[in-house]
Amino acid sequence: MEQSDADVSTADLPSIIELSPDEARRASSEAVIETGAKRNADKLLEVRGLKTQFFTADGVIQAVDDVSFDVGYGETLGLVGESGCGKSVSALSIARLVPDPPGKIVAGQILFDGIDILKLSNEAMRKLRGKEIGFIFQDPLTSLNPTLTIGYQISEAIREHMGLSPRAARDRVVELLAKVGIPRPADRLKDYPHQFSGGMRQRVMIAIALSCDPKLILADEPTTALDVTIQAQILELIQRLSHEFGTAVLLITHDLGIAAGMCDRVNVMYAGRIVETGTVDTMFENPQMPYAWGLLDSLPRIDDIRGAKLRTIEGLPPLLISPPDACRFGPRCRYVRDICREDEPELTERAGEGHFARCWATEPGGWIS
Amino acid sequence: MITYLARRILWIIPVLFTVSIITFTLMHAVPGGPWDSEKRLPQGVQNRLNAQYGLDQPIYVQYITWAGGFVQGNLGPSYRFKDRTVNDIVSDGIWTTVQLGVMAFLLAVFVGIPLGIIASLGHNRWPDYLSTSVSIVGISTPSFVLAILLIVFFGVQLRWFPTSGWKGPPNWVLPTIALAGFPIAQIARYTRASMLEVTRKDYIRTAQSKGLRDRAVVIRHMVRNALIPVVTILGPILAFLVTGSFIIETIFAIPGVGRYYITAIGTRDYSLLMAMTMLYAFAVAFMNVVVDVLYAYIDPRIRYS
Ligand SMILES: Nc1ncnc2c1ncn2[C@@H]1O[C@H](COP(=O)(O)OP(=O)(O)OP(=O)(O)O)[C@@H](O)[C@H]1O
Ligand code: SF4
Ligand SMILES: [Mg+2]
Repeated sequence: MEQSDADVSTADLPSIIELSPDEARRASSEAVIETGAKRNADKLLEVRGLKTQFFTADGVIQAVDDVSFDVGYGETLGLVGESGCGKSVSALSIARLVPDPPGKIVAGQILFDGIDILKLSNEAMRKLRGKEIGFIFQDPLTSLNPTLTIGYQISEAIREHMGLSPRAARDRVVELLAKVGIPRPADRLKDYPHQFSGGMRQRVMIAIALSCDPKLILADEPTTALDVTIQAQILELIQRLSHEFGTAVLLITHDLGIAAGMCDRVNVMYAGRIVETGTVDTMFENPQMPYAWGLLDSLPRIDDIRGAKLRTIEGLPPLLISPPDACRFGPRCRYVRDICREDEPELTERAGEGHFARCWATEPGGWIS
Repeated sequence: MITYLARRILWIIPVLFTVSIITFTLMHAVPGGPWDSEKRLPQGVQNRLNAQYGLDQPIYVQYITWAGGFVQGNLGPSYRFKDRTVNDIVSDGIWTTVQLGVMAFLLAVFVGIPLGIIASLGHNRWPDYLSTSVSIVGISTPSFVLAILLIVFFGVQLRWFPTSGWKGPPNWVLPTIALAGFPIAQIARYTRASMLEVTRKDYIRTAQSKGLRDRAVVIRHMVRNALIPVVTILGPILAFLVTGSFIIETIFAIPGVGRYYITAIGTRDYSLLMAMTMLYAFAVAFMNVVVDVLYAYIDPRIRYS
């Protein structure tokens, strides 16, 4: 039953492809204003109270702990934070690809285009994956199957979801390869991944992610494994194609600079929680959380942007097994006070549209203003 | 590829040469000789026999004589079966042995690989436990025990299959199963481990992220990659099987050459022992070439030149 429900609801909803890129952009900026609203039909993706945990021998790792956010149609949302803060697990949860065991989504709701993803049958979810939700992974060297040709790997989702004939599928693969900037695409269909450079392979990953005109792309650190010069090209490609197709993007990165250049809004994550969220402009002009300041400080200046190493925030993020009821950034925070150690601050509204932060010090009446 | 193959096959020659020298030396270093038996032959008779077979010559002369015959396809006289040459003995039994070995190999591959795959997919659930138990039993049961169990159950009690001889297909069944028992378990374990390794790979997550059916993920993305390391052990297993098994051939009274491994050592039947050793060495060396070719076929990253 669930399966047919999903089919109907997918078919009835307006396809993003029919919107012009401008319309999609407008829809997305309207969506930005609505941050904090409960259920909203303008939202492509609504994540509510998501909790994903890993049940390991050492204990339960609370990798994603009560996380909520939205992505509007055609919007690019950044998810920023240090290694291990739960960015990848958030994205994997949305596609229901968390390795189980040991992982499990234990609470929350994920609405994708009006569909309650966590209630779908496995089969209905499979039909959504690759079709409506594309994935770009971090490491292009290991993310493609070494024993299958490039052409085959791109055509798989097309043949599975779009029901094209082998000929039509092949034509579409060639077209996609051309779109992602592979020269002489028709000649490269029979090549294997090892015959492509890292950057080229990431272009192939992008072609796979886009192959069925998805409404959402989950891009998990798509450039971290690449050379700096190639990073810029790949980011530019993702940006251009997502605008062209009106595809929404959840862009995961640990680099606030990349997020600033690519995103409409940014979520900053720390230790399994969202600690600040807002539009790129407000976040950069008026950040409201010491951790976000740390990320901003560690950003290289424009003049030394090429190849500069980030200055890092001192200390390590906490373990995610039974975190105390306290500000999770407390142990590394310069402004920490007793209340921070006794009670965890809520995500509360700040000046600026849809700007929220989780910090006692910057709340009204706090000790930083 | 052709030149590569030719080079690899030519390399078998020095391998065989080395193996033959080592075996020849060791064999003659072991005390005793082909004429030892319950009742000792008089010294005079022994001397005469030694002279007749050239065993009174220095060892390097004996080796040269043997090697000279070997390259011309003459494996020498048997010291035990007086009226027959080693060529007769080998050509009489070799095809029976190879046939049995190939059948056992095919059975092992077509049962072992699926067993390993099923175990890995039902990881830590009943298919895994079932298949793992089968493997452990298979690995720890000596082939003669398995052979006897098969004979008692399917031969004597159920009377489904004959228990000895090599007259026709019904005769083939029990020895093939008995011989395949160990390699089935070996292949299943190896396949399972390899599959579990592949399951964790990033490209499997990519395949799942495309929304492929589970069957497509397993068959197209996992199995082929998982079989690459399995192919490595198939070569030696096939070499081991086609050169025959003393135990199985003896228990089932099969007229193959596998029986001679042990008997030729016991009776110091020098030329028969050399022939069996060369056969085994050739099988192993040749199978390694076959494995390398298979590698290039399964794994596109490997290209020989
Ligand atoms: N398969 C797993 N088994 C156990 N724990 C896991 C597993 N995958 C992730 N985790 C835990 O979940 C937490 C969040 O991991 P996640 O991969 O989401 O981090 P991330 O923010 O993506 O970091 P990175 O920048 O390194 O990719 C980590 O602390 C990690 O220990
Ligand atoms: S709540 Fe306290 S410890 Fe946490 S970030 Fe704000 S000032 Fe620092
Ligand atoms: Mg990650």
